[in-house]
Parts: sequence; structure tokens; C-alpha cells
Amino acid sequence: MEKAMSIDQEVEILRRIPIFAKIEPAKLKLMAFASERVTYKPGQMLFRQGERGDAAFIVLKGTADVLIDGSDGPLRVASLSENEIIGEIAILCDIPRTATVQAETELTTLKITADLFFRMLMDFPEMGVEIMRVLAHRLEQTTAQLRQVQAAH
Amino acid sequence: MEPNIFKYVWRHSRAEQIIILVLVLASLPFYYLSLNLPKQIVNQGIQGQGFEQPGSTQTFFKVDLPFAEDLFGHPVTLFDGLHLVQPEMLLALSFTFLALVLVNGMFKLVINTRKGRVGERLLRRLRFELADRILRFPLPHLRRVKPSEMATMIKDEVEPLGGFIGDAFATPLFLGGQAATAMLFIMVQSFWLGLVAAGVVLFQSYLIPRLRRRILVLGRERQLTARQLAGRIGEIIDGAVEVQANDATNYERADLVSRLGRIFHIRYEIYQRKFFVKFLNNLLAQLTPFVFYAGGGLLAISGHLDIGALVAVIAAYKDLPSPIKELIDWDQQRLDVQIKYEQVIDQFQPPQLIDPALQAPDNDPGPPLEGEITASALTLLDDGEQPLVRSVNFTVGVGDHVAIVGPSGSGMEMLTYMLAGLVAPSAGTLRIGGRDIDRLPTAVTGRRIAYVGANAYHFAGSLRDNLLYGLKHRPLRAAADGDAAGHHELAEARRAGNPDLDINADWIDYEAAGATGADDITHRLIEMLVLVELKGDVYRFGLTGTVDPARRPDVAEGVLRAREALIARLRESGHDDLVVRFAADSYNRNASVAENLLFGTPRVPAFASAALAKNPTVAEVLREDGLTEAFIGMGAAIAKTMVEIFADLPPGHPFFEQFSFISDDDLPEFRTIVNRVDSAGAGALDKAARELLLGLPFNYVEARHRLGLIDDEMAARLVEARHHLAERLERDWPEAVEFYRDDAYNAAASLQDNILFGRLAFGQAGAEQIIGDTLAEVLDDLGLREAVIEVGLDYNVGIGGGRLNSVQRQKLALARALLKRSDILVVNEAVSVLDGSGQNRLVERILDLRRGKGVIWTLQRPEMAVLFDTILVMRDGRLVEQGSYDELTGRDSAFKGLVAAE
Repeated sequence: MEKAMSIDQEVEILRRIPIFAKIEPAKLKLMAFASERVTYKPGQMLFRQGERGDAAFIVLKGTADVLIDGSDGPLRVASLSENEIIGEIAILCDIPRTATVQAETELTTLKITADLFFRMLMDFPEMGVEIMRVLAHRLEQTTAQLRQVQAAH
Repeated sequence: MEPNIFKYVWRHSRAEQIIILVLVLASLPFYYLSLNLPKQIVNQGIQGQGFEQPGSTQTFFKVDLPFAEDLFGHPVTLFDGLHLVQPEMLLALSFTFLALVLVNGMFKLVINTRKGRVGERLLRRLRFELADRILRFPLPHLRRVKPSEMATMIKDEVEPLGGFIGDAFATPLFLGGQAATAMLFIMVQSFWLGLVAAGVVLFQSYLIPRLRRRILVLGRERQLTARQLAGRIGEIIDGAVEVQANDATNYERADLVSRLGRIFHIRYEIYQRKFFVKFLNNLLAQLTPFVFYAGGGLLAISGHLDIGALVAVIAAYKDLPSPIKELIDWDQQRLDVQIKYEQVIDQFQPPQLIDPALQAPDNDPGPPLEGEITASALTLLDDGEQPLVRSVNFTVGVGDHVAIVGPSGSGMEMLTYMLAGLVAPSAGTLRIGGRDIDRLPTAVTGRRIAYVGANAYHFAGSLRDNLLYGLKHRPLRAAADGDAAGHHELAEARRAGNPDLDINADWIDYEAAGATGADDITHRLIEMLVLVELKGDVYRFGLTGTVDPARRPDVAEGVLRAREALIARLRESGHDDLVVRFAADSYNRNASVAENLLFGTPRVPAFASAALAKNPTVAEVLREDGLTEAFIGMGAAIAKTMVEIFADLPPGHPFFEQFSFISDDDLPEFRTIVNRVDSAGAGALDKAARELLLGLPFNYVEARHRLGLIDDEMAARLVEARHHLAERLERDWPEAVEFYRDDAYNAAASLQDNILFGRLAFGQAGAEQIIGDTLAEVLDDLGLREAVIEVGLDYNVGIGGGRLNSVQRQKLALARALLKRSDILVVNEAVSVLDGSGQNRLVERILDLRRGKGVIWTLQRPEMAVLFDTILVMRDGRLVEQGSYDELTGRDSAFKGLVAAE
């Protein structure tokens, strides 16, 4: 059997993700410890577009395709690889999944359930502040992009 | 029931009581002889009275014919006796004494055994009669009684009767005889002193019972309060959800306290009065000798009484108080028992009882019901004479499908009770095929009619037993020789007035279920499970159930084939990585350290996973393999991680429960231990700390917890320890663990674990689903699904069906009712907890199954009535409409209103 990745390595990966970057390692370790590591075979779905979101995934290893339902069938719009987080919007806003995600290669993820995620936010408010900061930063970027697009017209 | 316990006892044990009496009388001469003999031994045998001359002899055992002089005018000697010298005489007398001791002992043994037997028999009879009455209580009355009170009456309150019954007649006669003899003797010696003694005794027997009246009243109260306490405790248990959900535990405590207080005061007052009566009793008993000494003495001094007579009177008087006292005690016991008896039977005399003839086991269910069900002016009143069903008239065919609809409280439920023969109408008639339903024996109502209510009860036992419950009306085939209740057993039952029905006989009426015998009934059971959609549930119960391979070698063998087939199929579909199989020589990272060490299924609690850390055999093996330090090291690593990541969580946080190896209470202690290990190493720890750490790794699952503690080297050492432990277990605890062997069925493990023979790999997406589906396919291929369901039929449903959910309980109740293929099926909201589509499917399927056979169904959802031939619409206990669906929807009707209201 392939030597499994230990929890400390998972924490290392979590720290490379912006929304978790500034959070204490001990708390990330708790999150990793309380989360299930789930492995997908190539072609297996993590979730489908339109489903209710109940978990976010962090890619530990492998790549995944992001597909959107088009008129001619699913359309591949992006690819996700190591150290990226998938599906956090659906659990934060409680909206249906906006895309389908499918394993492209053998894919190892850390599955963080919505329940765990909110519990962590509640117990460690500083984590919430960190996430707010990252999201605000994203919003600011999006707004700036929008302004550029508008200016270009 | 007979209100007087003496009459009851006499009626049912006359012969035995007379035999006991005769035995008691027969024992008396021997008893008196044995009392007299010691004096003779001392005087004659030892001190040598009558042996004054050397060589003189005395006659021993000379037997004269009694009253011979009166009859024949001269003594008649039957046996001249033996002429013995002193030592011979001593030995002869001593052996006679020994013989008398034996005879007396034997008399006592025989009399007491007989008393015990007659008492136990009568107790058995009484208990049966009481329980039998419960079986004959009409349902409305049963709803008003508290089960725990009934139980405590039959179990505890009648118990003292058993001890009293043997003494009921013999004791008063015996003691009374003794007392009368003593009294007569005193009278003969001195009439006046005798009169004094008699006067005191009369006064005693007048006063004491009067003083005891209050004690009797208190005794009655004591019994009632204790019974009510039992009832309240039963209520607290039944209402546990409400008690806890409303934070009413302290209110209940207060209630218990006040009841216990009352019981205390009653019992204390009884004690006070009892001992006061005792005191008075003793005083009166000593009053007589006082009169003898003082009065008799004065008479003697003044010469009115001969001193010899006074001494004889005083000597005779010593025999009087003890039988009198015992008689008074007996009388006390009698009153006590009489009260208990009255109090108990009072509760078992409802205004109405079901006629036992209707329930007789030999009643014939008769031919199938046919014709019409006719209600005319059918009325049912409740306790307060309020009408629940008012003058209802209708006629439907026995084979019709009839829906009853109406708002709740409209009398629908009561109507179904009457239709099932469970509640007798208060007025009017209900006839089935021209016969009044309340005169039909239960052999007809309970077999030709099936009833299912919303809260059907399930008996603790297997699913199979619960399904078959509707087929057990009387013993049909004698049990196999070894199990059958013996002739002796049944004869004893008859002697106690119990019916000679053998519980071990085969009671199942296979024919009624459309089967021919024990072999094909299972098919019928499974058909019913399919019909009510319970088959999947039972299949899952089967997978988690165990099988005795000696009893079902076919199943065990099939499971082994399924084990191979599963892995082959998983390999085919590329999913063989989802199960990590057990292998004797490799460590399973998806199982805990404890499971890896044991490598088998524990048969005794001492080797259960949770107990392994404290098991001395395991500790010894770890020590011998040099693993103790390694375990402490792993424990320290686990503790360190736990202390680190749980440090900031408040105590009581759900994460502790879910994820931690350490409870929140123990966390501070482990923090101290971790600090110590960090500063001074594990060697510095004391014994208690080392033991705490040693216990942690047992639950550690490498693939799940991912702390990287089990590297290849550690895995190899643990496998080594596993082999070592196995050797040790085979030597010292050969029965404790059933080891995993890839070629053998493991009787201690569930079917599913036997087939999987490994652990699901953690973190493989969709593993559970894929394995579950593949397992089902494999079992289907091998034709084993039915065998698994059969194992599932052995699933214990728990008390009141508590191990089933409410949907499963309703479905099981329906399956039970359908199995007996009754002529009429009465269903009273028995699918209410199913969802809408589930209800629809079930109703359609059941109506389809029962085409041509009667169904009467109270519907929660009126629009389902479209499936029925006739609809009865109830409101306020009245039948307001009846007709077919088309008729009732074709015009303005109450039915349309009900449908629209939904």
C-alpha cells in the first residue's frame, strides 16, 4: 500500500491556501483531523451542478475538471489542482452548486463538511475575520476588473 | 371470585388440608413420648431407679391392649416386653429416643413439605386466575388499569398467601386443641382458678382484635400506597420522554418523596401499634400467674385450696400462654392475608368480563365468513355514557372494500373496534353473516377477522415470532419429545386448576397462512415482507446478524463462497481497493490497533476492542514482545496531538465526543503528562501516567487518524505480536476469540463481516454504496439473499418493538395481519406514519392482494377512498353519508368537503 500522507503534510497544504494562510497551525490541524480524506478515481464526481452543497474540498493531490452544463452537454471551464479549494462558495452562501466537479486523474481531497466549517468559524472567530479579509480582497479584485471592463467600453 | 379466602382455600384444597390435619394428629403421640423419654432415661437408665438390687431387671416395651379392663374385665397384654438390666435399659431407652427423634423429624418434614405444596399449588391457581382475568378484561376496562399495579398485585401482593395456606386449617385446630387441653386441666384442678384463667383469655381475645382493627385499616392503606407507588414508577418509565423533555424530573422526585413519606408514616404507625399490642398481650399473659400466686396463695394459706392443686394449676398454666399467643399471631396473619386477598381480587372484578366460553381453545373458527355486515342502530357509549358512535346503520358485503373517512374524533376508530369484535356495542346490533358479533367466539373474530391499529404492539422477540403471532391460537402438534411438557408437568398444572396447554407445542396454524408446514412458511413470510416493503430492512438486519454454522451449514458455506465472489467481482470492476481484506501476515491500516492485535471476533467481553487495553493477557504479550515502550511512545504522540488541537475548545464541545481519543475531562491530566514527557522523557512518568498513555493507541486507526504512527516496521512488529497473542490465547483462553481465517466461517461475526472479510478502506469516495451494491449482486448470484433475509427474521425487535422505527413497526403489524389471510381485514390508520406515496402504494397493493376478500380501512387521506367499493363518511359519531366514490363526488356531499379540506 502506498504510504499515506500524514496529517502534518495536510496542514502544510492547508496553509498554502489563502483563506487558511494566516490561521494557527493547531486549528488547521484540528480541521484536518476532523475531516475525512476522500480519494476519487478518474471520472468519479465530487458533486453535480445544481446539488445542494454540504462540503468544500481541498485538493491534496491530482487534478479535477470543472464542468458547466451547456446546450451541447457539459463544458469544461477550468481545471483545479493541488492546494486549491473547491466548492467553498456553495457552503458559505447556501446556494446550489454552480458547476460539476469531476476527478481528472486519481484525486485525493480533504472533505471539509459545512457543519465542521461553520463550527470552526464559530469557535475561532479570528478564522472568520481571516476569511472575510480574503473574500473582501476577492470582491475588491472583481470590482476592479469590472471597472476596467466598463472603462474599456 | 370467592370473597373469603378460607372458603377459597377450602374449596380448592380440601383433601390436602384433611391429610395434613390427620398427619398432625398422628404426629402428636410421638411428640409427647419424646418429651417424656429424657426423664425416664435419667431416672431409670442413668440413676438406676428400679435397679436397686444387683441383677434386677425392668420390663421394656410391654404392650397392653388399651381399655382392656373396661371391655373385658381384665388386662390384656399383647406383648410381654423384654426384661433388661440397667446398661441394657439405658441403651434401649437411648435408641428409642433416637428413633423418636427420627420419627418426629420425618413427620415434620412430610407435614411441612405438604403444607408447602398445597400453598404453592393454591398460589399458582390464584395467580393464574388473576392473570386469566386480565386476558378476559374487555378493552375499555384494560385502558383504565395501570399495568405495573396489576403486575405487582399478581407478583407480590398474593405472595404471602402461599405461606399461609398450608397453615390455614391445621394450625388453629392444633393450637386450639393444645390450649383447650391446658384449660381443661386447670379447670379440673381448681374450678375458680380455671375460671380466672378463662376470663383473662376471653378478655385477651376480646381486646386484642379490637386494638388490631386500626392496624388492619393501616395494613390496607399500606398495600394500596405501595401499589400506587409501583403504578407511579411504571408511569415515570412510560412517560420518560415527557418527564425529561419538560425538565420535570424534580417534580417527579417530589411526588415520589411525598408518597414514600406517606408509606413511612403508615408503616411506622403499624409498628407502634403492633408492639403496643404485643406489650399488652404479654402483660395479660403474666396477669394470670399473678392472680394464681396472689389469689391462689391466699386461698391456700386460708386453707380453702389444697397446695398440691395450686402447684398443679401453676404447672398446667405454663402450657397455656404459648398456644394462645401463637393463635393470636395466626389470627393476625389470617386477617392480614384476608385483607390482601380482598384488596387484590377487588381489582380483578370489573363490571364485565369476557365469557370464558368465547375464548375456549377448542372453539371452531367455522366456515369462512360470508354474506353481509349489517349495523343497525349501532351505538357505543363511553364510561360517562357519552355517545362515541350514535345509532349507525349500514349494510356492506363481507367481501367488500370499505373506506371509512371523517375528521378525527368522528367515531371511526370506535367503529373499527366494534367491527373487529374488540369492543362490544352498547346498543343496537352488529351482525356478520347474520350472527351477532358480540356472541362470536374469539376463534372467529380473531382468526376470520384481522385488525391492525395505528400503535400495534410488538412483543420482545424475533421478527419471525412477531409475524407468526397471528397464527398461534392453540397447540396443533405436540412438541418433539425432548421439549414437550411431560405428563407429570401437565398433571400438576391441572391440579392447580391451570389449563394443560403446552407452550412448547407447535402452535402455528400454517394452513391459515397458506403454507403446509415449517418448511414453506418462510416463503410466505418473505412474500408479506415484500408486500409491505420491509424486505430491504430485514435484509439489512440479516447482514448484521449472526448464524450458528452448526445449525445452518448451508448459510455458512454460502457466505464463504460469497466472500470469494465479492472480491472477484470487485477486482473485475476495478474496485478491489475499496476493501482491505484481513491477512494473517499483514497489518490492516484500516482497522484499529486493537483489531489488528486480536485479529478475530471476541466471544467474551474481556477481549472486546474497548477492553483490550486493560486485558492482562494482552499487556503480557506486549511486554514480552518489547512493545510496551513503543505503545507508550505512540500514546504520547497521540496525547500530544490531542492536547495541541483540542486545547482551545471549550469543555463539552461536540468535537471531543466525535473525534478525540481523550475526553474533555481528562484533557488537563494529559496536558500535564505531555509536558512531563517533553521535559524529561517518557521514562520519568509514574505508573498511572504510563498506563493512561498505553491505553491510547488501541483505538488508533492509521488510515483514518493519519498521525503516521504505524510505519512498516511497527506494522511488522504488531503482526508479530498478533501471532504471539494468538498462541497465548489458544493455550490459556481457547474460547475467548474466534480468529479470522480466510477459509473458515466466523460464527461470532456478522454475515456482512464474514463476507467482506476486511475493512472498508477509509476515504474512498462512494465506497459504502459500491460495496453494498456489489454485495447484494453477489448474494443474488449465489441465491443467498433469501438466506440472509431468513437470518434477518431472527432479528430481535426489542421491548414493544423498540429496536424498530415507527415505519417498520407499522409495516410489520400489517404483514402480521395479512399473513393470516383473514376473511375481513380491519385497518385503523395503520399506515399513518408512512409518507403519502408510501401510503398510496401500500393501500393499492393490499387491496390488490385482497381482491374478493373484505377490507375495512379508516383513511387519513380521504382521496384514497377512490380505490374502495364503498365509502362510509363519519362525523360526530354519526354515519352522515355512504356510497361509492362516484356517487359521493357526483353531488354536493360531506365527502367532497373532506377531500377539498385536505
